[in-house]
Amino acid sequence: MKQAGIVIEVEHNQVKETSLGMITLAGRTAESLTALVMDGITREITDQLAAHGVHTIVDLVLPDAPEIRLNPAVRAAAVVHAARELTLDRVLGLSSPEGKDLLPRVAALLDAPLVMDCVDVDLNTGLANTSQYSGKVMAQIQLTGETLVFGVRPNAVPPEPRPVQAKTVVLTDNEAVPENITLRSWDNKDSEGRQSLVEADIIIAGGRGLKNKDNFSLIIDCAEKLNAAPGASRVAVDEGWVPYAFQVGQTGEKVSPQVYIACGISGSIQHFAGMKTAKMIIAVNRDENAAIMANCDYQVPGDLFDILPEIMKQL
Amino acid sequence: MQIYVCVKHVPDSAANIHIVDNLKIEESVPFLLNPYDEHAVTEAVVLKNQVPGSEIIAVCLGKKDAESTLRSALAMGADRGLLVETEKVCDSMTTARALHAAIVKDGPADMILTGKESIDNEGMQTQFRIGALFDFPVVTNAVSLDIKNGNAIVTCELAGGRTRTFDLSLPCVIGAGRGLNTPIYPTFPDVVKSRKKPIETLTLPELNVPAAPGSAKIVSMTPLVQKRHPRKITGTPSAQAAEIIRILKQEAKVLS
Ligand SMILES: Cc1cc2nc3c(=O)[nH]c(=O)nc-3n(C[C@H](O)[C@H](O)[C@H](O)COP(=O)(O)OP(=O)(O)OC[C@H]3O[C@@H](n4cnc5c(N)ncnc54)[C@H](O)[C@@H]3O)c2cc1C
Repeated sequence: MKQAGIVIEVEHNQVKETSLGMITLAGRTAESLTALVMDGITREITDQLAAHGVHTIVDLVLPDAPEIRLNPAVRAAAVVHAARELTLDRVLGLSSPEGKDLLPRVAALLDAPLVMDCVDVDLNTGLANTSQYSGKVMAQIQLTGETLVFGVRPNAVPPEPRPVQAKTVVLTDNEAVPENITLRSWDNKDSEGRQSLVEADIIIAGGRGLKNKDNFSLIIDCAEKLNAAPGASRVAVDEGWVPYAFQVGQTGEKVSPQVYIACGISGSIQHFAGMKTAKMIIAVNRDENAAIMANCDYQVPGDLFDILPEIMKQL
Repeated sequence: MQIYVCVKHVPDSAANIHIVDNLKIEESVPFLLNPYDEHAVTEAVVLKNQVPGSEIIAVCLGKKDAESTLRSALAMGADRGLLVETEKVCDSMTTARALHAAIVKDGPADMILTGKESIDNEGMQTQFRIGALFDFPVVTNAVSLDIKNGNAIVTCELAGGRTRTFDLSLPCVIGAGRGLNTPIYPTFPDVVKSRKKPIETLTLPELNVPAAPGSAKIVSMTPLVQKRHPRKITGTPSAQAAEIIRILKQEAKVLS
């Protein structure tokens, strides 16, 4: 291996914790790390990256116009450009919502193999671990090729400090803007002020036990108090109580929070597919025989309509 | 329009998966049409209704058994099927090359639909590789699709309800997300009718599928069972709530 390039995600002028964790993971098997930052670099960002072991920080300059800068095809081309210019033979990024639309583009353009949603990666050998079959199987995958691409599951590894000296390089990509795909509009409406599901430390999720849309606000209010992200089972989504973006599970988001609090969720195989890698699972359910009660860390038998308001009161 | 829908034959999500030789899964479980591909087939039918005279071709790379998944797609409304038959386990670089070659041979394509991912390998990339091989634009996790003035206007969901809308020139590749539509549930007559629809079988050698410059190979598989040992929190709701808060603060250290 020559050089590992890490696509960094930034929010509110801060490197996301999940990106810092990915740097820690990469640092275990790569000597020298290059960070690719696409939306401008500040002193704060440079300091954070250097404090976590990044040696080279690349300021990937994109056109200012947001409809160009935010176009995933433009971003992917910029990453590919950087990979070629800097002879990066490993490219890592988060298997985050943005990453799922970016890394496969990068891999396709490089015609390089890719594993998404890795929980562990060895950059020297090209081995990666990822879950398959709805979280029922952990597969170890061997990538071979000139350049290897890895999508790392957010929160797979917590960030650890590793201060180094970092230098900054500016790279401007003058490639033509693609004509066959243009970004017309984008919105952030539902995410404002709310924690992102895949990145949250705490998720509190509700299922059929909430019974209706009005009651579901109990989950949302509780989430706000706990600084948690609200989640849901598919039933709550299919009933129209919450948008699809809330869904955790095989056909929803796959999450690995520190704590997952499941309320009125039975724990179907498909729901588990999305949250079984949570560090701690707390299940609030009035049926002690529900599947989730046998496969959690703390079972809380009882009525969620009694317990959740108590949590709110005591916080 | 000539609409190609790439479909995959995958184990039922509710099936118990057993691992053989630490390397592969026991394949005696029921296999179905990948759930996201159901949205792709359904959307093709919606498009066909909007653009009369369109043809829907379901394409699948897989073993002989995968024919049943093509039949499901035909029952949902695809007109005919192409099975690229192989006993080999193909990674997405090879899969994309095979699907590309089959569509090139059969085409030309005006649109290629796929699911946003398959629920077995969860690779999330085949649609992008097909797009790159054709040099067609690609979007994934589409939740709405309109054809206007010869362009595809597609809204895709990121997360947290955030969406982005793209304008793609045709031909293009679209990875269907769950929000795109409600999958067609074939009636019994649909199923009967689908038995008469043609399925052509092709092989990798006859398609001259080129070797990929890299690969992804499964080297081991282990069951992912995280054995948890539940402890019970009892008492009044107020005592239970207090204990949960204590655990969040002191054990998980996620609350201060
Ligand atoms: C292809 C496929 C994909 C799927 N993908 C997903 C997915 O991604 N995510 C997902 O979640 N599901 C998915 N499902 C659906 C899944 O099979 C289950 O139907 C679903 O997860 C059940 O949701 P639930 O636990 O909310 O409801 P239920 O199974 O009905 O459970 C409700 C629970 O609430 C408890 N309860 C009721 N009232 C109260 C109360 N007052 N206080 C405390 N507890 C109470 C009950 O005891 C029960 O355990 C999928 C299914 C298929 C076939």
